[in-house]
Amino acid sequence: MKPAPFAYSAPRSLEEALALLEAQGAEAKLLAGGQSLVPLMNLRLAKPRYLIDLNRITALDYIRPADSGIVVGAMTRQATLEHSNAAKQTAPLLVEAVKLVGHATIRHRGTVGGSLAHADPAAELPTATVALGAELIARGPRGSRSIPAERFFTGPLTTALEPAEILTEVRVPGWPAGTGYAFVELWRTHGNFAIVGVAALVVLDGGGRISRASLVLCGVGSTPVRARQAEASLIGQAPTDARLQEAARLVSGEVSPDSDVHASAEYRRRVARVYAQRALTLALKRARGGK
Amino acid sequence: MAGLHPIRVTVNGTPYERSVEPRRLLVDFLREDLCLVGTHIGCEHGVCGACTVLFAGQTIRSCLVFAVQADGAEIMTVEGLARDGEFHPLQEAFWEKHGLQCGYCTPGMLLTAYEFLRDHPSPSEEEIREAIGGNLCRCTGYQFIIEAIQAAAEAMRTSRPQVPSGRR
Repeated sequence: MKPAPFAYSAPRSLEEALALLEAQGAEAKLLAGGQSLVPLMNLRLAKPRYLIDLNRITALDYIRPADSGIVVGAMTRQATLEHSNAAKQTAPLLVEAVKLVGHATIRHRGTVGGSLAHADPAAELPTATVALGAELIARGPRGSRSIPAERFFTGPLTTALEPAEILTEVRVPGWPAGTGYAFVELWRTHGNFAIVGVAALVVLDGGGRISRASLVLCGVGSTPVRARQAEASLIGQAPTDARLQEAARLVSGEVSPDSDVHASAEYRRRVARVYAQRALTLALKRARGGK
Repeated sequence: MAGLHPIRVTVNGTPYERSVEPRRLLVDFLREDLCLVGTHIGCEHGVCGACTVLFAGQTIRSCLVFAVQADGAEIMTVEGLARDGEFHPLQEAFWEKHGLQCGYCTPGMLLTAYEFLRDHPSPSEEEIREAIGGNLCRCTGYQFIIEAIQAAAEAMRTSRPQVPSGRR
């Protein structure tokens, strides 16, 4: 099927894009990488009357160190993030997550901001940004505001963005040197959507105990799900296998997945537990200096 | 509702000027407006890889890009692989190793492999498998495609103009 007709514009500046978005209102959609939107348009599940193409706004394509973290422009291609040395140094969890998005060809066009604004419940980047405690910057007619990742994803394919707002940047805070990280995911075939994915970050203190832990899952709810009880069970503890197993057991109680054509709720719940354990184990190994 | 947009695109080194509806997909532009029918449409939602072309030197799904977005861009399609009537080593290898049956996925496979070998001239079998993971084939079971890519890689590394064969 072919997309329904629409009027097209390709602004060269963010200001121009914002003006168009405000003028065209609810019948306008922003086009970033198009790897999620255009399939929907081709299937006529989305029929915007106006398409505002952001791909000529080169000013939104950047990755820069900031404080001890990095800032990533919304139009940064996923492939650029994947190969970014600054990102590998400062936010390796984000790099590990983005490598799992689709295939390389998809990542040549797909953008960081587009994936976040699309907010697919099975997507990797939303989950990684929540785990990292990132801030998402939105620009609208009344100026900029900063939205914590944890409050950005409000439902399936739904975010806290106002209709006239454009996501412009992701701010990833630095984590302490030696932070262990892991993003692991179960899929039926490589490159497919995650059935369940887990992002884990672990910080060890001088005595080898866990001083900070972040554990967030995708594919188990309508948004990324933070496993708070599991996280809390780890803080201040020596990271033994038994501790990790217990944390993983808690995870399965904290998720309420739905059944769908890809996997049953029960299967997702079981996989969440197994993958949470794998993610924590790998993150811990890296925190201890392993690979 | 929408007027036509003028675009200038270079495809396989040849410049073209056309006017297109905004909703015209790049793959349909290539096939219908430019009569370059080597690029195929398999799924129209980015999954199968049959529509893969190179856009500004990188593989993309041409079913997920509008022709208007290609204004000013350089594109390479499968028709751009052969030079002066000579097959690219990848094409030779797909022929020699029987890396195609119906040929529907083949243009996408060739261009994915072309980019992959450009960036990874000495890949392992596992790396090749992963590289073509976004290109679906219903006929071959992939094994001969992988062998073709391995053979092409070897031919390109040793700068032999053709894959060794008894065919000529």
